[in-house]
Amino acid sequence: MHLAYPAVLAVLLFCTGLYGVLARRNAILVLMSVELMLNAVNLNLVAFDVWLRDTLHTGQALTLFTITIAAAEIGIGLAIVLLVHRNRGTADVDKLRDLADPPSAGQDPMDDSMAAPTDNDADQARRVRRQTA
Amino acid sequence: MSPAVHLAATGHGFLSPTGVEIAFLLVGIATFGAAVLTVTTKQLVHAALWLVVALGGLAVEYLLLTAEFIAWVQVLIYVGSVVVLLLFGLMLTKAPIGRSPDADSGNRPVALAVAVAAAGVLVWVVVDAFRTTWIELDKGVQGSTAVSGESLFRHWVLPFEALSVLLLAALVGAIVLSRKSGHDSGPGAGLGKEQR
Repeated sequence: MHLAYPAVLAVLLFCTGLYGVLARRNAILVLMSVELMLNAVNLNLVAFDVWLRDTLHTGQALTLFTITIAAAEIGIGLAIVLLVHRNRGTADVDKLRDLADPPSAGQDPMDDSMAAPTDNDADQARRVRRQTA
Repeated sequence: MSPAVHLAATGHGFLSPTGVEIAFLLVGIATFGAAVLTVTTKQLVHAALWLVVALGGLAVEYLLLTAEFIAWVQVLIYVGSVVVLLLFGLMLTKAPIGRSPDADSGNRPVALAVAVAAAGVLVWVVVDAFRTTWIELDKGVQGSTAVSGESLFRHWVLPFEALSVLLLAALVGAIVLSRKSGHDSGPGAGLGKEQR
């Protein structure tokens, strides 16, 4: 068999998963797209292992390890998504913006309260500068 | 023309595909179509079911590449458990059954541009790099259970055991994360007592 067949199929599956990760809004659909990307990697590993006729069967052993890591990842990921849904009532990745930078850093009232516990010099200097401004 | 190209042109024909190649191509088209439907359908439960088709098609591709053990592990773990977990996740997060118009976010054109550009570049590079390489499938099975087990438990024992510990840690972590609130916390706390 020509090696380009499995390699091209793996590329197409990976790019499909890439599109899904970037374009989907529900967190579980994002996890499905990640699974597609991991499966593309697995297909590459198996194809190259069969092509090279490796005596240690590195590619197939690594494929089994990748499948195990994917199972662990999907378990942890779904637990986190369920926890977020229980706390927020949504599994929408566009609405989970707690760690994002606020659009205007100087006018956010949350900014001072979050910077208050840290008492290093740079923070204090920045706060003094902001109060004087 | 290099000797490798001559050798490939005499040994294998570009325009006369073998039966295995035709089967791989057909199953690959079905797999890719199911994957595209997985990432584009508006109905969330249908996305999980199309994912079953895509992962099952990949298992058939593993069988065509003579990696039998990987194929059955794929059927067992992906089609058997991962998709069931995803369906449970969809239902526990109250996914709508019908069409949901907000399944795609606003950056869909950018995502499409990135994916098409990446696919174009990677397909060009891969086809150009492996133009004259062939997999010899008729020289014995590469991935039977005996061969895979022997290599796994002779050369890869230490990573195997480390990975089993990692899987155990991940499952314990998933249980801790998804547990309801503990004994000494209020019903509305939501988080277990480890998080506080």
